[in-house]
Formats: sequence, structure tokens, C-alpha cells
Amino acid sequence: MTVMEQRGAYRPTPPPAWQPRMDAAPLLPDPEPYRVLGTEAAAKADPGLLRRLHAELVRGRRYNAQATALTKQGRLAVYPSSTGQEACEVAAALALEERDWLFPSYRDTLAAVARGVDPVEALTLLRGDWHTGYDPHEHRVAPLSTPLATQLPHAVGLAHAARLKGDDVVALAMVGDGGTSEGDFHEALNFAAVWQAPVVFLVQNNGFAISVPLAKQTAAPSLAHKAVGYGMPGRLVDGNDAVAVLEVLTDAVRRARTGGGPTLVEAITYRVEAHTNADDATRYRGDAEVEAWRDHDPILLLERELTGRGLLDEDGIDAARQDAETFAAALRERMNQDPSLDPMDLFDHVYAEPTPQLREQRALLTAELEAEQEGSH
Amino acid sequence: MATVALKPATMAQALTRAMRDAMAEDPTVHVMGEDVGTLGGVFRVTDGLAKEFGEDRCTDTPLAEAGILGTAVGMAMYGLRPVVEMQFDAFAYPAFEQLVSHVARMRNRTRGRMPLPITVRIPYGGGIGGVEHHSDSSEAYYMATPGLHVVTPATVPDAYGLLRAAIASDDPVVFLEPKRLYWSKDTWNPDDPQTVEPIGRAVVRRSGRSATLITYGPSVPVCLEAAEAARAEGWDLEVVDLRSLVPFDDETVCASVRRTGRAVVVHESGSFGGPGGEIAARVTERCFHHLEAPVLRVAGFDVPYPPPMLERHHLPGVDRILDAVARLQWEAGH
Repeated sequence: MTVMEQRGAYRPTPPPAWQPRMDAAPLLPDPEPYRVLGTEAAAKADPGLLRRLHAELVRGRRYNAQATALTKQGRLAVYPSSTGQEACEVAAALALEERDWLFPSYRDTLAAVARGVDPVEALTLLRGDWHTGYDPHEHRVAPLSTPLATQLPHAVGLAHAARLKGDDVVALAMVGDGGTSEGDFHEALNFAAVWQAPVVFLVQNNGFAISVPLAKQTAAPSLAHKAVGYGMPGRLVDGNDAVAVLEVLTDAVRRARTGGGPTLVEAITYRVEAHTNADDATRYRGDAEVEAWRDHDPILLLERELTGRGLLDEDGIDAARQDAETFAAALRERMNQDPSLDPMDLFDHVYAEPTPQLREQRALLTAELEAEQEGSH
Repeated sequence: MATVALKPATMAQALTRAMRDAMAEDPTVHVMGEDVGTLGGVFRVTDGLAKEFGEDRCTDTPLAEAGILGTAVGMAMYGLRPVVEMQFDAFAYPAFEQLVSHVARMRNRTRGRMPLPITVRIPYGGGIGGVEHHSDSSEAYYMATPGLHVVTPATVPDAYGLLRAAIASDDPVVFLEPKRLYWSKDTWNPDDPQTVEPIGRAVVRRSGRSATLITYGPSVPVCLEAAEAARAEGWDLEVVDLRSLVPFDDETVCASVRRTGRAVVVHESGSFGGPGGEIAARVTERCFHHLEAPVLRVAGFDVPYPPPMLERHHLPGVDRILDAVARLQWEAGH
């Protein structure tokens, strides 16, 4: 049986027959975001995993701080920080197997880094020396998508293609709350459900699309509820609870891999920093709100759990911070070197073979550069 | 040596055969779009493909063009070679963002590491009595987008050859099918491997010495008819069929204009901001000293595509072409 035939063949329906395609109730998200940390369920979590998550989150936080600092020093053109969202970023990477694919948005460089992409290559787009700095095939991380939600149908198509080829590969696609208003979000979820593609959609609901709050973005009970309209399950999770996010994503990935189809996961988190360094968040939100979220910080939640259970002490926390400092120092040093630029790259990757017109333009720029050099002597 | 029998075939049949042969040769070729499976497409261009290759290879998608092209991007990322059908020119617009922001520039974004070998087939142009939104000539939008090849056949053998070349290309190709030529017939031998034309080469359809008509797609037969009619006026017109708008074959076009000294660009698309302006500028820049007259344009009016009962006034016809030829400053006596 082909993949397409598994969806169910066309059957004539005599009038006035109508039946629901499936029971909607099992697709509905839980009334409360799923949480593990601070609950009894946390006791069952593997201590090694908790410590690893803690170390990854501390490193991720330091990465965000370093990237923001590099922006202030003029080493990055712009940086959309994921400070406060590290649990989602790290869990997205850890939920996947090596053969799987990650489809990040522009705010998700940390997820790419957590999956193994060289941080300098992950930041190439934001430094501005090229668009995508890494080879997407190396770690199976698609280019960071700047146009909102447009990467979601790519994830669906890739997962579908893998399934057609008989590979048990899953694609995990990341999008923000604002992105759920885009048409491509709708089309991607619909295609994924119709094709039963092995995809997981992770919506990081961080409260804002630049300045526009969620209330102006949607009237849905929750973003996870949108899943029901497509015929896929919606899951609601506390996006600052790294253990919960990882568990929900891992379940969804397993479900996708074993032929269960797509899942929509809404992770409730908060964008602690402004949209980017170029944004002024004081124009649309108050400090009290931000401070309240600092008490629900993903690292804080993990540290409370770990120290409360005696799984981590001050030395352990210091060690994680030291590791993060080493990581940041190496990144800083490398980013402080000027990137090498070859203007001819402009023409070399437009087509497999440059068109005659591009060859002419290439010659024009070459002549301009030569004249520039002669003029400087 | 046995002579190969040339059989009459329609352009639609040649396009179908091109996809069929590509799918038979290359298991990564997948056809997808609205109604392309069971129905065989609203123009029947994908007729029989789902039956022969199965629904996994020729897939009826949900009705959502951005989704169709967006999922094709992901499929191409995983090593497939999607051939996407957009049902009509104006219905391709929802896919515009995927086309411009991803399809056209993924190779560039990734320094060549992630080329997207996607063919986007779009039936285009008027002359079939289609109501609103069924007759657009949208080529200028695609021409203005770096990273896309833009190809359009005017003959049955070219329909086969160019579509095979488009599917085989490692770059994305917008393949514009002149829908009013779908049922045009020609003798054609699909078993002749010579019929795969390289993308980017124009062809002289009719040799002449007086002036060059530069055209493509649905306007090629109109220009050939005009050239025949022009003989009565004493003009021997050359007709250049561009076949490929991107890359543009400056060489063939300019060689012709240098011979004739006069040129008219003919297309259905509106003239303001249309392909003719670019072509006229290129010809003028390269052939100025050979020109006896300004390069003229005969195009559709700069109006939203007219209702079917008025479209004959809009489409460039023989008379409008001959009127333009008459304005090529013959009285100057060169």
C-alpha cells in the first residue's frame, strides 16, 4: 500500500450521510500547561538528564548574553534573543535523533547550536557576511527562516519525502505565536495532517510578536487548540519547564516516527528581552510583567528542583557557569575576527551556472574592485 | 535505415509525455498539485501519470498553492525532484512568497549547498475565453526574481524538450505553458533524444531581412502569421522565439537585430514594466548603431485582464503587429 493510499481511499457517500472524520475530544489540549518541575512527576526524571538540561540551559543563557553583547560591539548586525526561552530551544534540539531535521526560525539559533551547529556559523546570518553560514545537511538543520512560518511547509514536505522513501525521519519545525497567524502556518498544518506526515510543530508562545500581544493575534482558546481543526492532537506545555517540554516533544517525535502523524505543541514562555537589540520593549510592556517572569525562569525552575533534591550544589552550578564562560569566551574570540568576504560569492550561487547576464555583472564588479585597488595604491 | 514516423501531437500531449518520460527515468521526480491525480489536471496535462506511477508519485494535494510549493521545497531538500502544477496563472499568486523567498534563493542562501530542483508549471496567458483570473501573463514577476529560470514553449517539440530540460535542471524553473496552445498540433517524434533543448537558447522561427519580431509563448504563432501577412506589404520579417526569458539569449536576439536593423517585441503581458521594456533596452544597449528605428513594443494593454468578450481587443494581433512594423521609420530611406 502506498503512503497516499494509507490516508483512506475515496468512497461515495449517499445523501444525506455525514459523519465526523474522527472524535475531536482526544485531540484537545489539556486545560493547563503540562508541568513536571515542582510536581511529583519530577521525582521520576532521570537525574543525569536534569543535570544535562541544566548545563545546556546555562550555556544557552550565556550564549544569548554573548550574542547580545556582540551586537552592542558591532560584531552582529542584529540579534533576536531567546533569553528566557532556553528550555524550548534546548528541548527542541534534544528531542530529535541525529537523522531527524530541525526547521528553526530566526530566533532559534540556540536550538541550532544545541543540535551541534557551530555557533559562528549559526550567527552568520545575523553577522551579515552571508545568509546561511552552515551546511544544512551536516546537522540536518534547515536555514534559519526569516519570513514567518514559511519554513513549516518545508518541514512537512521533507518529512513526507522521507516517509515516501521509507526512512523513519521526523521533522521538528519551530515558530512563534505571531507566526501562527500566517497563512503558511495553516497550510502546513493542513498538509501535515492530510498526509499524516511525521512532523512536530513547536509554537513558542512568548507573548509578543515584536510589540503585538497574543490577545491581538488570536481569539482561539489557546494556540494548541488550533490543532483540532486540522485533525491532529494539540499539546499545551509550560515552555519554561525544560523537562516538561522535552517530554512532550519526545512523545510527539515518537508518535510521528511510528506513523501516528503530526502534533502541534504550544509552549508557554516569555520573551524576556526586546524583540531584537533594535527594539524598545518599554513602549509596549511594563517592567513588573518582565520581573514576574524572571521568577518563572527556566534555569531557576531547574536549579530549584536539582538543589532541592540534592542533585546539584553550588559547586555544580559554578561548574556549569564555568563551562558556559569557556564557551562564550571562545565564541567571543572567534567573532572578534573579521569574517573573510569574497564579493564574487554574490554571483556564484544564484544558479548552478551563472547566466550570461550574471557573468557580465561579475566582470563589472571585478573591474570596479580592480580600479578601487589601483586607486588606493 | 528505418525512417522514424512523425506523428501529430498536441502540446498538452507532449507535456504529458515529458513528465511521463522523466518519471520513468528518474524515481525522484514527483508530480503534485490540485486535481493532477485522478482527474489528470484541469487541462489533462498530467493525464495517466497517477495511474502509471501511483498516487505517491503523482499526488492530488490540498487546495493551497503556498502549501503545495512550500512542501515541494521540503521534498526537494530531501532529494526529490518535484514538478508542481499551479492550476492557472492567477492561482499561482498565493505561492509567490515561497517562490520568491525560498525557491528562488535557497541555493544562494546556502552557498550552493541546498539547490532546489523544482519545476513550477503554470498555464498562462489568455485567448481561451477564461473569466477573470484565468488569463494572466505573469512572466514579468518571475523574470524580476533572481534565482529562477523562466521558460515558455511555443511549439510541440519545444514543449517536450524544454519541460524535460526544466525537470532535469538543478535550478528552479518557472515553466509557463501557453494555455491557448495546449491543443495546437504539430508533427513530433518523442523518441528522438535531440528534442531536449538546453534552457537559455532562443531560436529563429522564420528568417527575414526587413525587421525582427522578438516574441515568445502564445505570441509566436501570431507573429508568424503577421510575418506571412507582411509579405504583401513588401516586408520580410524575421521571428525570434525566445523560449527562455531567463536566462535571456542576448546573442541570438542581437544577431538577428543587427541583420535586420529593426525590431518589435510582441507579448500578451502589459507593456508598462513588462518584459518588452527590458528586451527593448537590452537590444538598444547592444545594437544601437545597427538600429534604423526605435525598438517598439506590441503588448497587452496596461489593464487588468479583460472579460472574455473583450479580450480580442487586448491581445496583440496581426494588425497591431503590422501597424508597429509600419512605424519602423521606413521612410528614412536607409
